[in-house]
Amino acid sequence: MNAIIISAVLGVIMMFSGIFLKKNSSIAALAILGIIILLAVTIMEMSGYHFFAVDTHGMLFFDAFGLLFNCVAFAGTLALFLLNAKDIAAIGNNPGEYFALIFFVLCGIAIASSFNTLLMLFIGIEIISIPLYILTGSDKRNLKSNEASLKYLLLGAFSTGLMLLGIAFLYGASEKGSFFIDELAIGKAAASPLLMAGLLLITTSLAFKVSAAPFHFWAPDVYDGAPTPVTSFMATVVKGGAFIAFIRLFGDAFVELKSQWQIFIAILAAATLLIGNITAVFQQSVKRMLAYSSVAHIGFMLFALLTLNTLAREGTILYIAAYSAATIGLFAILAKMKDHGFEGFNGMARQYPKLALAATIFLLSLAGIPLTGGFLAKYYMIASVMQTGHFLWLVILSLFCAAISIYYYFRVIQAMYFKEGQGQHLEVSAGFSGWLIVLAIIVILLGIFPQWLIDRLYIIYL
Amino acid sequence: MIPVLLIVVPLLAGLISFNLKDASAKGWTLFASLVTLGITLIAVALPEGSKQLAVNAEWLTALNSRFSLNVDGLAKILCLLTALSFPIIFIATWNEQYKKARNFFGLMMLSQAGLIGVFLASDALLFYFFWELALIPVYFLASQWGGEKKVQATFKFFVYTFLGSLMMLVAIIFISQHTRDHSFSIASFYGLKGMISAHDQTWLFWLMFVAFAVKMPVFPFHTWQPDTYEQSTPAVTMVLSGIMVKMGLYGIMRWLAPVLPIGTYLWGDAVSTLCIIGIIYASLIALRQDDLKRLVAYSSIAHVGLMCMAIFATTESGIQGVMIQLFNHGINILGLWIVVYLIEKQFHTRKISELGGLAAKAPGLTLLLLIVTLGNIALPLTNGFIGEFLMFNGIYTSQSTTYNVVFMVTAAISIILAAMYMLNMVQRVFYGPVNALTEKAVDIRLNEKMVLGFIAVLIILIGIYPEPLFHLTKDAVESVLAKMYVKP
Repeated sequence: MNAIIISAVLGVIMMFSGIFLKKNSSIAALAILGIIILLAVTIMEMSGYHFFAVDTHGMLFFDAFGLLFNCVAFAGTLALFLLNAKDIAAIGNNPGEYFALIFFVLCGIAIASSFNTLLMLFIGIEIISIPLYILTGSDKRNLKSNEASLKYLLLGAFSTGLMLLGIAFLYGASEKGSFFIDELAIGKAAASPLLMAGLLLITTSLAFKVSAAPFHFWAPDVYDGAPTPVTSFMATVVKGGAFIAFIRLFGDAFVELKSQWQIFIAILAAATLLIGNITAVFQQSVKRMLAYSSVAHIGFMLFALLTLNTLAREGTILYIAAYSAATIGLFAILAKMKDHGFEGFNGMARQYPKLALAATIFLLSLAGIPLTGGFLAKYYMIASVMQTGHFLWLVILSLFCAAISIYYYFRVIQAMYFKEGQGQHLEVSAGFSGWLIVLAIIVILLGIFPQWLIDRLYIIYL
Repeated sequence: MIPVLLIVVPLLAGLISFNLKDASAKGWTLFASLVTLGITLIAVALPEGSKQLAVNAEWLTALNSRFSLNVDGLAKILCLLTALSFPIIFIATWNEQYKKARNFFGLMMLSQAGLIGVFLASDALLFYFFWELALIPVYFLASQWGGEKKVQATFKFFVYTFLGSLMMLVAIIFISQHTRDHSFSIASFYGLKGMISAHDQTWLFWLMFVAFAVKMPVFPFHTWQPDTYEQSTPAVTMVLSGIMVKMGLYGIMRWLAPVLPIGTYLWGDAVSTLCIIGIIYASLIALRQDDLKRLVAYSSIAHVGLMCMAIFATTESGIQGVMIQLFNHGINILGLWIVVYLIEKQFHTRKISELGGLAAKAPGLTLLLLIVTLGNIALPLTNGFIGEFLMFNGIYTSQSTTYNVVFMVTAAISIILAAMYMLNMVQRVFYGPVNALTEKAVDIRLNEKMVLGFIAVLIILIGIYPEPLFHLTKDAVESVLAKMYVKP
C-alpha cells in the first residue's frame, strides 16, 4: 500500500515541480530523491512498516512476490534516473511532467503487482498504459515519436478492449459471479467454453502488453520512435510490471486448469523466441535490435508462466532484475549517442574504455554468459521447464535461439573492440560512467550471488 | 585452500595486469604464472585425499550447488600442464610486441584461472561456470590480436562452443534433477547408478558429447579449428591447442563416461567411428598442407581423435594412455607451435614451399624441432610413444566393441600418416637447398632455446622414465574405469 499512495503523491509533486523549480537539474534531483523515497517505503513495507491503513475489501493483496518485484522495478527506475535523468528532462519543455508521468506508471505497476480482482488488474494496466501513450509522444517535434505514440495508443486501446471483454466473460463464467481471481475457476475440473474464451482474450491482451509474438508488432516501432530514456523505461520496468500481472493472474486463478492452457503458452513462447531472435539479427540499428531482443527475452520469461512452479517464481524476479539492469545500462549509453546504428559503436573501446567495458558486461548478460545475472536467469527458466518433465522441445528450441542471440549481441562488442573507427563524441560525465560501472557490478553480483535477492521472497514480515 | 589459490592467483594477477603499464605487464604476468606453477607443484606433491586439496563451501543454496573444488590425479596432471604451459608460452613469445599489452596479458591470466577452475570443479554447475569463464577471455584474445580474418574466425569458434555448452547445460540440469538430493555435486552425479533410464541416457549422451566434441574437436565438429588456429596470435594458439583442447577430453572422463555409463557404452562405436573418420581425414589433409600452422592444426585433430577413441575403449591401459597423453600431447604441440612461431617471425611466411635448408643456418632450432617431431610421431624413447602405445593396446583389447581390430588397424594407419607428414615437413623446411629467403637465417635466441630445450628434455625424460606420470594418475584411472560400463 505504501508504494501505491506514495508514488501517486510523488507524481502530483513532480507535476507541480516545474512551477517552483526552474532548472532542469534540480527537477531531476527531486525525481531521484522521490524514487529513493519510493524504494525505501517499499522496502519498509516488506519489513513490516505499513504507513497507511486502507481497507481495500480484499481487492488488493500484498505478498512478498509482488513487493519484491516492486522493489526491483523501483530500483530499475532509480538506475534509469541516475543515468538518464538529465536526458529525460531534456526531452521537451516540460521536464516535471515527464517525471510525473513516470511516477504515475509506477503507481500502476504497484497496483498490477498486487491485484486480487480483475477490476484492479484492469485499473493497474490502464494506469500503466495511459501515461505511457503520452510519454511515447513527448518528443513533440519528432515525427517518429508522434507516429509511435499514435500507433501505441490505437493498438493499446484495442488490446484494452479485448481485456475488458475477457474480464466480462470470466465474470460470467465464474460460479459465484465474482471478480476475485481466486474464485474465478474454483471447483472446475475442466474449463467451460465461456471461461476458455475469456482466458484466451485476456491472454491475448496481456501478451500484447508484454509484446509476445505474434502480438509484438507495435514494440519495435514504438521503442524506436519513443525518446530513448522512455524506451528504456518501457522495455524494462513497464514490461516487467505487465509480466508480473500475467504471472499473478495465471498463478492464482488458473493454475488448476494448467493442462488446458499450457500448450497455448508454450506456442506463444516458441513463437516469441523465434521471431524475436531471428528478426533481431537483421536490424541495422542497435535501438531496434534491443527492441527485438526485448521481445526475445519475453520468450524466455514466458517459460515461467508455462510452469508456475517455485523455480519459475524465483526465476521471474531474477530474470526481470538481470534483464532490466543490462537493458537500462545499454539504453543509457544509447541515449547519449546520436547515431544508433552498429557503426556508431565502432572504436568505442578506445575512446571510452569504461563505457565499453560496462556495455560488454551488459551484452554478455543479455546473451546469457555465466558469471552474469543473465545466465542464472536463463538457467532458472530452463530448469523450471525441465522440472515439469514436458516441453523438452521448447528447451532445445530456446538453446538455438540463445545461440542466435550471440550473433547480434556480439556484433556490438565486435564494433566496440575490434573495429577501427572514430566513434562519435559522447557527452558523458564522470558520474555517468561511475553509475554505469556500478550497474555492471550489480549485473555480475546477480550472477554470482543471486541468493540475497531470491531469499527476499521468503523473508517477510507482513 | 590450495585449489582456491590456484584459481585466485591467476585471476587477481589478471585483474591487476589490466591496471598496469603496458611495459610492466609482461614481467608481472610471467611472475604470476611462475607463482601459480609453484602452487601447482605443491599441490602435485601432496598425497591424494589430503585436506588441503579440497574445498567445499556454500554457494548457490537455492539451486543446491556448492563451491566445491577437488584436486585428484586427473586434475593434477592437467593443472600441471596448464601451469607449466603459461610460463613456457610467455618466455617463448617474450620478444613479441603487443598492442595494449596489459590487456593481452590480463586476459591470458584470466583464461588460465578459468582453465584451472574447469579441471578442479567438482560441482557440475561450477564446472559449467568455469567452462564458459575460460572461453570468454580467449574469445577476446583471439579476436583482438591476430590475423586479418580473426574476428570472423573467432566468432565461428565462439558460436560453436557456446551452442555446445548450452546443450551440456540442459543435460546437467536434467541429470541433477534426477539425482537423489537434486544437487550438482559430483558425488551425486556418480551415485546415479541406473536412476536414469537407458533411453534417456542415449540422448543425454549426445547433449554432453557435442559440447566436448566441439572443444576437442572431433569430426564433424572441427571446422572452426584450423581457421581459428591460423588467425590467432601464436600465444593464443598455444593456449587453444595445448590446453583448451584437453577440456573436451577431460570433460568426457570426468563428467560424461562415469555419469552416463550406458549411453557411453551404447554410443561408443559411433563415436569411435567419428574419431576414425576424423583421424584419417585430418591426416590426409595434413599431408597436403603447405601452411605450417594448418598442418599442426590438422595433426592435432588426428591426435586428439585417437585419444577420444581410447577413452571409449573402456580399458585400463586405454584410459591410462589417455591421461598420460593429455600431458604429453600438450607439451609436444606446444613445442611445435613454438617452432612454427619462430619460423614465421623470422621469414614472415608459413609456406613450406617457400622455405628450405634451415638446418645449415639454424642448427639449434633444427635439433630441437627434430626431438619435438619425434615425440609427436610417437617414436620409442619419446613421451609420445608411451601414451600412444598404451592407447593402442587399450583399443585392441577393448571388450566394449566388436570392431576393436578394425579400429586398431585404421588408427594405426594414422601413426604412419603422422610420420609421413611430419617428416615431410621437416625435410622440406630444414633440409634441401637453401633459397634466397633462408639465406640470411639466424639461429634462435637464448630464451627460445631455453624453452624449446626444456620441452625437448621433458619429451625424452618422460619417454625414458614415465613412472611419475603413471604414479600420479593411477588412482584416477581406476576410479574412472570403475564407474564405466564394461560388458561382462
